[in-house]
Amino acid sequence: MSDREQKRTERRESETEEVVEETTEAGQEVTERIDDLLDEIDSVLEENAEEFVKNYVQKGGE
Amino acid sequence: MSAIHKVIGTETEFGISMRNAPDFNPVLASSIVVNSYAGLRAKIQWSHEEESPGRDARGFGPEGGMMPDIDGGLVNVVLGNGARFYVDHAHPEYSAPEAYDPLEATLYDKAGEVVLARAATEAQPLLEDGQSLVIHKNNSDGKGNSYGSHENFLINRELPFSDIVDFFTTFLVTRQVYTGSGKLGAENGRAAVPFQITQRADFFEEEVGLETTLKRPIINTRDEPHGDPSKYRRLHVIIGDANMSEVQNLIKLGSAALILMAIEDGAIPDSLRLAKPVDATWQVSHDLDLNLPLELAEGGTATALELQGRYLEWAKKYAENTDLPGPYEQVLEEWEAVLADLEKDPLLTADRLDWAAKYRLLREYQDRDGLDWDSPKLKLLALQYHDVNPAKGLFYKLQSAGRIRRLFTPSEVDAAVSEPPHRTRAYFRGKSVRKYGDALVAANWDSLVFDSGEETLKRVPMMEPLRGTRELVAELLDRSEDAAALLRALGEGDE
Repeated sequence: MSDREQKRTERRESETEEVVEETTEAGQEVTERIDDLLDEIDSVLEENAEEFVKNYVQKGGE
Repeated sequence: MSAIHKVIGTETEFGISMRNAPDFNPVLASSIVVNSYAGLRAKIQWSHEEESPGRDARGFGPEGGMMPDIDGGLVNVVLGNGARFYVDHAHPEYSAPEAYDPLEATLYDKAGEVVLARAATEAQPLLEDGQSLVIHKNNSDGKGNSYGSHENFLINRELPFSDIVDFFTTFLVTRQVYTGSGKLGAENGRAAVPFQITQRADFFEEEVGLETTLKRPIINTRDEPHGDPSKYRRLHVIIGDANMSEVQNLIKLGSAALILMAIEDGAIPDSLRLAKPVDATWQVSHDLDLNLPLELAEGGTATALELQGRYLEWAKKYAENTDLPGPYEQVLEEWEAVLADLEKDPLLTADRLDWAAKYRLLREYQDRDGLDWDSPKLKLLALQYHDVNPAKGLFYKLQSAGRIRRLFTPSEVDAAVSEPPHRTRAYFRGKSVRKYGDALVAANWDSLVFDSGEETLKRVPMMEPLRGTRELVAELLDRSEDAAALLRALGEGDE
């Protein structure tokens, strides 16, 4: 392998690494955003899920 | 025969419950909610009198069968935006004012959420300590009880009803892929599923019929035109979910209106009849992969998406050759995009379809918390998605997180809470509430009854949904100081 080829391969590898890093970072950001949203939702959910759902009975309508 | 302008209105029965109220009475609670609404409104009696074309003389007195059947005990309010807000069975119901096009109908449907949220807040002082009301814009309690969300479309009376049955049934069954609000589990004895597309499908049992509370039909035959019965029919579509999403509501109302106009104009060339429409209704709702082949009556099969693709093509072709209000272009674009996205990956539609948005959220909770499909927390999330309280409703949380596309600004929605649409008779109704509310004693969709202090009550018929508009009556309303002056002017033959 010539020097030039060697350099090119190295560069390609480091580029690939960067892309992988960026993708992982983006993935982490998405996960964090989802976690933030779910945390916010948790803070407004009715207090006792089991009881609230059990008591939720509607009369038919229309 | 040709297509008539599609005046559109929605009706929603809201789910109602109360925190810390073991003796909860939904009828009483619904009355409190409707009575408490402090926005622009007039408390009235709702007249169920059947209209007849020979009795449209202005200033008709109470003699001769005036108001023979009035809703006695239950509460009725007409709002400044022209809507009816009342207690229906054991639910507060908001019937939106007649809208000129599907975009406006979507806006006034959204305004209903604000009305309910405000009414629930304003009712708070009447409740016991620790109690508070919870209102959901949904259609099922998950325990086998369903309540309605209905769409109404003005139809040419000359259209044979059998044409609606022939050409609209398959459309209604297959549109569920983009009209559903999503539901955990199955009800009414249907096959078990963890999650399904619609809230309502499980409750449909007939192809055609008059019922709405049991043996629900895909095509409802109720014939109450709420207008001149010699010219109009009002198609009462009961097979739909209440939608939180604005874009979804626009596609739902707009696509139905387009297909109905195309049917009136004879531009739907094939009925695409399903071998078993009722079974297909449940199957489509249960098929999250959207690839189930449905049996066609003429032989062969097609998926719901393939059949919707046919309707879309016909509607596009129809729209090319027809002069339609602007929003229909937007409807066609959104309809085409949603079908394409559903075909690629249904989760792509989580920014505009309630069922996909809800499904995505539930899956995220499952991933994070390891919850089973039947966990109480998941059930609560699916329910609270529909809470109309802006601080509690999960749809609004997703919306403010930027996950849901909007069509309207909050101030546009606020304006629709108090101002009527201006291109239908809802304008006259809403403005009368604002200006002559104290004199308004009874109403129904096609008339208002005033007590202007004279011996007899005066009834103003509104048999034409596209009259009573701003263009036609604004000046009359401006110069009529009180109800008596308005009635005098009407008696003199003004519009």
